[in-house]
Amino acid sequence: MKTPLWQDIPWESVKGIAPTYRARVDKSQWRDVFLQCREATGRLIALWATDARPEQAEFMVHAVLLFADHWLWISYGMDETNPNYPDVSDIFPAAIRRQRAIYDLLGASSGASDTRPWLRHGAWLAREFPLRRDFTVSAATPGGHEESYAFVRVKGDGIHEMGVGPVHAGTIEPGHFRLAIVGDEIMRLEERLAYAHKGVEKRFESLGLIEGARLAGRMCADSTVAYTWAYAMAVEAMSGCVVPARAEWLRGLLLERERIANHLGNIGALSNDGGLAFGQTQFSLLKERWIQTHQRLWGHRYLMDAIVPGGVAHDLTHQDRAQMEHECNDLEQAVRILQDILADHAGLQERFLGIGCLTAARIEALGGVGLAARASGLARDIRTEFPSPPYDTLAPRIATRRQGDVAARVALRFDEISESLRLMRHILADLPEGPLISAPPMATGKQGLGCVEGWRGEVFVAIERAAPDGLHHVHIHDPSWQNWPLLEQAVIGNLVPDFPLINTSFNLAYSGHDL
Amino acid sequence: MHKLIRRLIATGIVTIPRSVPERFAQDAYESSRALLRQLGRALAVRHVDAGSCNGCELEIHAVNNPYYNLEGLGIHFVASPRHADILMVTGPVSRHMVPALLMTYEALADPKRVLALGDCAMGRGIFHANYATVGRVDAVIPVDITIAGCPPPPAAIIEAFLALIGTSALA
Repeated sequence: MKTPLWQDIPWESVKGIAPTYRARVDKSQWRDVFLQCREATGRLIALWATDARPEQAEFMVHAVLLFADHWLWISYGMDETNPNYPDVSDIFPAAIRRQRAIYDLLGASSGASDTRPWLRHGAWLAREFPLRRDFTVSAATPGGHEESYAFVRVKGDGIHEMGVGPVHAGTIEPGHFRLAIVGDEIMRLEERLAYAHKGVEKRFESLGLIEGARLAGRMCADSTVAYTWAYAMAVEAMSGCVVPARAEWLRGLLLERERIANHLGNIGALSNDGGLAFGQTQFSLLKERWIQTHQRLWGHRYLMDAIVPGGVAHDLTHQDRAQMEHECNDLEQAVRILQDILADHAGLQERFLGIGCLTAARIEALGGVGLAARASGLARDIRTEFPSPPYDTLAPRIATRRQGDVAARVALRFDEISESLRLMRHILADLPEGPLISAPPMATGKQGLGCVEGWRGEVFVAIERAAPDGLHHVHIHDPSWQNWPLLEQAVIGNLVPDFPLINTSFNLAYSGHDL
Repeated sequence: MHKLIRRLIATGIVTIPRSVPERFAQDAYESSRALLRQLGRALAVRHVDAGSCNGCELEIHAVNNPYYNLEGLGIHFVASPRHADILMVTGPVSRHMVPALLMTYEALADPKRVLALGDCAMGRGIFHANYATVGRVDAVIPVDITIAGCPPPPAAIIEAFLALIGTSALA
């Protein structure tokens, strides 16, 4: 066992993602660990807070940080009358919105300069904190009004503001974008999210650990496999349950199918935004056929509830596997033809090339993850950095692109479709025999972690419980928390009509982020 | 360009009425005629996501793909509520979306109809009413028709539209 930093801190090993060490830290250590992580070019995975009363008479703030060869989970205990903790947003900018969210939900303050609410608009009052155990506001309490929000104003000659959303022109999720523009050029973008805030962390408290998997699968429908897998991983870690090999491999198959389905849909949407409706009809048809297979084999077009704590809900017959190999071949061939057509289309490439650019250095500074990071040359992918079964055997080849523009994010999606098809074929060929599910997990442990590389990036879940029969807290984290700030940077200097295209090229989650 | 045209020809027409039961094709035909009688034009739908998990939105995208081709029945989605006959709402209605939902509803010209899409919108999804969520669409605006499912499959969405048109509920 490789010992992590700070020999004087009593680290304990945590199950879920190996190797992870956990410890309580004091005020100065809290910042120290973040600084060391930054030094070691690690990254912030998640930052959240919980109410540890009445067992401990304190609130806790938690962070999970990724280093090159291990993870650290640090917790800092806060005074129950005046909970506060040291600001770390100067070290990891991704902490800015998380710290604001922690205040909205739990009332613990970081002392950072931006004290505007992030998750709270007005559905509950500023002095009420939903994640505190003594929070009593129910559905019957009249909701608040939409409070005014202090957007950052850009001043100067010829600058004007344009607001878009939360209701958009197309069928997309709710969010507000405030653009400061000169003529057609974007000077600044400020996002305002949380229109889809549904009180998910509170809702988890009223569901059993096994039931909670259904809720996790409905955080963000396009990533339901990634979410349920990460959630199941955390529950299994708490119970010490060993997932059968066949189930692990089938989970990998589901995750790669989900990745392909989303990439197909997204490439179609991007060609449409770029003015080539042909791409939309072709790719939406490929996606439709792909998800009809989901309906046939797993009983759900988007694979909801296919993964359950302990294993998977459905098996594949030899015939299913043979058919799926054909399906993979057909898809590969169709995608190759379409990729060729898209590459030849000068008008479309003109729209894609050189817009919405982000350099690797900028993404590194902002802590970006997943597909957006890989499109700028940062090989961030949990499947290779910390491979859990079946990825330890499958050895995925991670594609990266260097340009960091819309074209690179499109090209990367094509690369990832090919690689996911290769992984699927490997799984279909070498699927281990054995049971699909182990005995229902009895979660007796006090904590568990789960992390899965979904198609957008790393989906993370932490579950903690003070006593075996006590209330548990689930924290669920979408990679969009890290990547929404990237979009604000990527649009600067671009034209307003290119904004939808750049936005679609990131295709970030609203519901998953808004909790 | 020749590759694109070759691909178009190779794909052909894929829309389902060829492969679904006779009844469905018949209904679709009747509905288009009923629409013409009642409205004299295509039916316009405005969608609002009131805190959905995005599952229902995926299926709204799907009904517009060439396989289901909802627009081929004379039903299309519009950008402005001012152009819409029907408001389609998804999600359990997060409280943060209530003002925007009400404004969109008000912006539709009369006569208007509201369609609540999916289990959450009907008040039977996994997100219960709580401090952040109203819990169902009809607690905020009147609902005329509901479609169950998590999310409702495209065929169910199309059938609900056909039923709505068939009962002359638009008059």
